[in-house]
Amino acid sequence: MVPITTFHYLVVAAALFVLGVIGVLTRRNVVIVLMSIELILNAVNLNLVAFSRMWGNLNGQVFAIFIVVDAAAEAAVGLGILIAFFRNKETINVDEIDLLKW
Amino acid sequence: MNPAMNPSSLPVGTPYFFYVLAGLAIAGGVLVITRRNAVHSALALIVTLLAVSGLYLMLYAPFVAGVQIIVYAGGIMVLFLFVIMLVNIDRAAKDRQFNRMWPVGLAAACVLLALFVSAIVKGKTLFPDRMMSLPESSNTQQIASMLYGEAGKMGQYTFAFEIASLLLLVAILGAVIMTRKKI
Repeated sequence: MVPITTFHYLVVAAALFVLGVIGVLTRRNVVIVLMSIELILNAVNLNLVAFSRMWGNLNGQVFAIFIVVDAAAEAAVGLGILIAFFRNKETINVDEIDLLKW
Repeated sequence: MNPAMNPSSLPVGTPYFFYVLAGLAIAGGVLVITRRNAVHSALALIVTLLAVSGLYLMLYAPFVAGVQIIVYAGGIMVLFLFVIMLVNIDRAAKDRQFNRMWPVGLAAACVLLALFVSAIVKGKTLFPDRMMSLPESSNTQQIASMLYGEAGKMGQYTFAFEIASLLLLVAILGAVIMTRKKI
């Protein structure tokens, strides 16, 4: 069997990233859009850790931890905004969040 | 593991583990973006997160794998499930799930996928065909000395680490203020 190289991890990460982008662009439910953003961040993390293995130094892993911190902050603020919005408009559809649109 | 990737010295089962974990991660991702019920999406996302954490273990990154399980699968997913409980998902589940522009979005994502595929295939020769072996037993210690510094000196990322703590503080305050009754 072919040994697993960095290339294999890059393919998996690209697939996860594109799945996340599809979720962000097509879903209407805000909660699932936020989950898709988590998928994207995970794909980036996987790339960073794979490259850290490829070069044999730990900078990539430290960056992955910083991205996890960012993801936590983003989820907290995003879900807070979602709750404030739900309280005002009783909907969680992206289509109906259009106050700033022309 | 041998840095030169000598195939005879590799453990036999490693490729199978990789394919199982990668398949689980991608299947979970597909379920996240197709399920009607948000709770099912959250459960599928947990499967993806655990599979990705298994891939980190295969990449000699045990600390990142632990952080992934504790922070993502433990913290962020609980936050998601709480919010799903607070907002009314019954109506959202009966609604149309995809927005009106979904063919355009899908086409844009396919273009992005083609871009990735061409970049990976064309750049395949640029990647050195090697996997360095990282010491697993001192992984956490090395990451800590990069984050906190050692022997009284600042580490490479100490300043960024402090800024990250400030970011988390701002995010906590923002979330609390945002969810108050009257903004």
